[in-house]
Amino acid sequence: MSINFKLNGVDQSVDATEDTPLLWVIRDHLKLTGTKFGCGMALCGACTVHLDGQAIRSCVTPVAAAKDKTVTTIEGLNSKQGQAVKQAWEDLAVVQCGYCQSGQIMSAAALLSNNASPSDDDINTAMSGNICRCSTYVRIRKAVKQAAESLA
Amino acid sequence: MVKAMKFDQSRRYFLKSTAVVGAGLTVGVYYPDVLAGQVEANAFEPNAFVRVSPDNIVTVMIKHLEMGQGTYTGLATLVADEMDASWDQIVCEGAPADASKYNNLFFGPFQGTGGSTGLANSFEQLRNAGAAAKSMLVSAAAETWQVPVEEISVESGMLKHNGSGKTATFGEMADAASKQPVPQNVTLKSPEEFIYIGKTIPRKDIGKTDGTAVYTQDINLPNMLTALVAHAPRFGATVKSFSEQSAKAIPGVEHVLQIPTGVAVLAKDYWTAKKGRDALQVEWDEDSAETAGSAQLMQQYRELANQPGTPARNDGDTQASMAQAAQVLEASYEFPYLAHATMEPMNCVVQINEDGVEVWNGAQLQTGDQYAVSAVVGVNPEQVKINTLFAGSSFGRRANSHSDYVVEAAQVAKALGTGQPVKMVWSREDDMKAGYFRPMYFHKIKAGLDDKGKVIAWQHRVVGQSILKGTAFEEMMVQNGIDATSVEGATNLPYAIPNLSVDLHTTVNQVPVLWWRAVGSTHTGFSTETFIDELAVAANKDPVEFRMELLEGHPRHQGVLKLAAEKAGWGSSIPEGKGRGVAVHESFGSFVAQVAEVTVTEAGKYTVDKVVCAVDCGVPVNPDIIKAQMEGGIGFGLSPTMVSEITLENGAVSQSNFHDYQVIRLNQMPEIEVHIVPSTEIPTGVGEPGVPVIAPAVANAIFNATGERLYKLPLQLSA
Repeated sequence: MSINFKLNGVDQSVDATEDTPLLWVIRDHLKLTGTKFGCGMALCGACTVHLDGQAIRSCVTPVAAAKDKTVTTIEGLNSKQGQAVKQAWEDLAVVQCGYCQSGQIMSAAALLSNNASPSDDDINTAMSGNICRCSTYVRIRKAVKQAAESLA
Repeated sequence: MVKAMKFDQSRRYFLKSTAVVGAGLTVGVYYPDVLAGQVEANAFEPNAFVRVSPDNIVTVMIKHLEMGQGTYTGLATLVADEMDASWDQIVCEGAPADASKYNNLFFGPFQGTGGSTGLANSFEQLRNAGAAAKSMLVSAAAETWQVPVEEISVESGMLKHNGSGKTATFGEMADAASKQPVPQNVTLKSPEEFIYIGKTIPRKDIGKTDGTAVYTQDINLPNMLTALVAHAPRFGATVKSFSEQSAKAIPGVEHVLQIPTGVAVLAKDYWTAKKGRDALQVEWDEDSAETAGSAQLMQQYRELANQPGTPARNDGDTQASMAQAAQVLEASYEFPYLAHATMEPMNCVVQINEDGVEVWNGAQLQTGDQYAVSAVVGVNPEQVKINTLFAGSSFGRRANSHSDYVVEAAQVAKALGTGQPVKMVWSREDDMKAGYFRPMYFHKIKAGLDDKGKVIAWQHRVVGQSILKGTAFEEMMVQNGIDATSVEGATNLPYAIPNLSVDLHTTVNQVPVLWWRAVGSTHTGFSTETFIDELAVAANKDPVEFRMELLEGHPRHQGVLKLAAEKAGWGSSIPEGKGRGVAVHESFGSFVAQVAEVTVTEAGKYTVDKVVCAVDCGVPVNPDIIKAQMEGGIGFGLSPTMVSEITLENGAVSQSNFHDYQVIRLNQMPEIEVHIVPSTEIPTGVGEPGVPVIAPAVANAIFNATGERLYKLPLQLSA
C-alpha cells in the first residue's frame, strides 16, 4: 500500500508493506544511503533520523508510523543546530570510519534543538544510545559542547 | 596460494635495516609498472600513485583500506609534502586491486592492510612518488620557460620563476610534465623542510558528516539483488535439507539458493530478503558440529597449562633459578572470545560478468580476496576487479585469510547464475554469530624474585587456538610450532630478566578465529603488565620505578613510561575510593604507556575516569590523527576490559546483538590526554598500539584502589 510522508522537505509516496522499517524505505526504496544499518534492534543508533523533529531509530520504526509526518535524514539536516553540529564535527575531526556518524550527528542535533546548553549528564543521556566502535566519544562530547556554544 | 606474506618479520627487518629519516636522503626511484605519459587526456601520471589533471587536481592513489585509521590523510600527506602541493588540491582515490603496483612492501607481492604497517611501508615509496612528480613538473616549467631548473621554485602547488616572474599551476604544467622523462633518482626532503609531515591538517576521507561517503552497504547497481544467508547455528554444521516454500511465500522473494555455507534468500531489498530468510526452514546436519562450550574449553586450557608447551623463548635456566628464588609468585589469566563487531556488519557486492568478476568491498587483503573469488568463479585472479570502498571499520575482521564473507558473496552470485549484481548483507545477528573471533586464551605466569626484590626468573605459558594455522600466512608466521600471533608481546618482553621462558599450547576446535585489533598483545599485554605490577608490589617498589629499572636498554619504552607518569602526576596523592594504574607495551613497532584513574564504588562497580597516554611512533606524521587513534584505541580496548565477551554453548554462540555483546558507550568513556614523544625514527603505526595497554592499566588502578587483583577479562570486581 501507499504511504505518504515528507522526506527532507520533499513529498514522498512509497509503496511498501506497513511493517517495513523506515530505515529500509529510506535506504532501499528511496536510495538515500546516509542513514546506516547497524543492528536492526534500536541498540546502536546508526539509523537515527528525525521524525517531526525528534530523534528516532528508523530500524525499528515501521514506515506506517511516518505516515503524513516529516522525516529528516543526514542529507537534509539543514537546521541551525544541525549545521552547528556538522561544523563542530569537522572542526574537531571527530570522525574515524564514519559509519555511525550520521546517527551521532542526528542525535546531537536533536539534543541541541531540545536543550540549548546540555550538561554532561544531558549529553550522556542523549548520546549513549549511539555506539561508535572507533570510540570517537571524547571528541563527540567536545563537539556537542562546541556546537552548543556556537549557537549561544 | 599466495606465499611470502610476512607481517612481523619483514616489519622488524625493515625497521632495523632502515636508517632514521636522513637529511636530504637520495633514493632510487623504482616503480614496478611506470605509467609515464598520458592516461587521460592531458593528465600527468608520473607513477602509479600520483595523477595531476589539467584542472589542477592532484589525485593520490591510496593502496590501503581506509577504515577510520586515517590512511587517506597519512599517505596523501607524504605525496603532498614532497610535491609542495597545496593541501586543498589533493584528492584521494582508492587504488584498484593490483599487487604489481600496490603491494604492501612489508607483505611481499601482496596488497593488503594490517599490522599497523600502512604508513611505515609507504613512507619512502609515496615520498618518492611525490618527489618524482615534482621533479618532472619543475623540468617541464624550466623547458617551457627556457630557464635553468635550479631557478624554479615550488610553493603550494605553484611553479615560479623568480627572475621573470612567470608562474604556473601544476595543472597548467601537467601536459608538459607528462612528456618529461621519469627521474631515476630524487632527493627527498630533510625533516626541517617538511611542510605537512608533523602538522595537523584536515582529513581526506571526506563525506562522512553529510551522508555522501560510500560504504559497501551503500552500493546500488541496476538489477541488483540483496541476499541474506541462513547460517548453521552451530559451527561445523551443514545444510541437510531446506524447504524454500516458506521463504518464497514472502512476496518479493526471488530466489532461494543453497551455497556451501548455508542457504541464501534473494530479493530486491534487505527487508524482503530478511523476512524470507527468517521464514526459511532449514534442517541442519550436526553430526560433525562443534560441541564445545566456553566453560569446558577453559577447563581444558587450564589443565593443559599444567604441562610444558612448545618453547617459544628460552633464556637462561628458568627452572633452576626459580628454585633459588626467595619469593615465587604465580598467576593465571582468562580471556574470552571477542567479536570485532564493526559498526558496518560484513557485506560484499559481487557481479559475475563476461570479463570476470567485479567486487565492491571494504577490502583489506585485496590480493587474497582476488585469489579466493577467482577460485570460486573459475577465472584468473587478475580477472577479479575489486573496488575498495570505505569500511565501516574492520579491527582485523575484513582482513580474513579465508576471505570468508567475500567468498560467500561470490558463491551466492555463482549460484544465482544470472549475472545480476548481488549485495550480500549480514544482519547484526549473523555478524555476531559467524565467528572469526579473537581466540579465547588461558595464561599462566610464574616468577621468582631474589632477596633484594630482583626478578631472576619468569615463566610464561600461553594456551589457545592458532589464528594462522591453515591459512596462507602459516608458512611465514608459524615457525617451529609457534604461531607468532599467539605469543607476540610475551616473547618480546622487554624487561631485563636473566632466566625467561615462554611456551605455547596450541588448541584446536571448529570456532573460526582471527586477528583482532592489536592481535596477540590484546592478551599478552594484559598478563605481562598486570603481573609485573604484582611483582613490583612484592618487591616493595613503585610500579613505575620498578619497570624503569627493568627497562634499561629500552629507551623508547622508558621514554613513554616516564612521559605518561609525569603528565599523570604519578606519585601524587589520590582520594579514597580512587586508584591509579600504569602499563607500558610495545606493539607493531610503536611504544605506548598509559596511566588510568578509576573510581571504585561501594557496589563493587568501577568507572574509568581519566587516561593519560604517551606514544612513541617515530616521526609523528599527523599528530591529531595519532591522538585520535590513541583515543579510539583506548576506547576500543575498554570494551573487553569492562564489558565484552563472546561465549559458546554446545558449539553455538550465545550472544546475538549489542544487548548481550556489550561495548562501551559514550557515558563510559574516560577523559583522555595524549602526549606524543618527538622522534626522527621511521614512522610506525598507530591503529593498534593504543589498544593493549588500557586493560592492564585499569586492572592495576583497580588494585591500587581496592587491593584486589583481577585475572579475568572483562574485569569484574567482587561485590
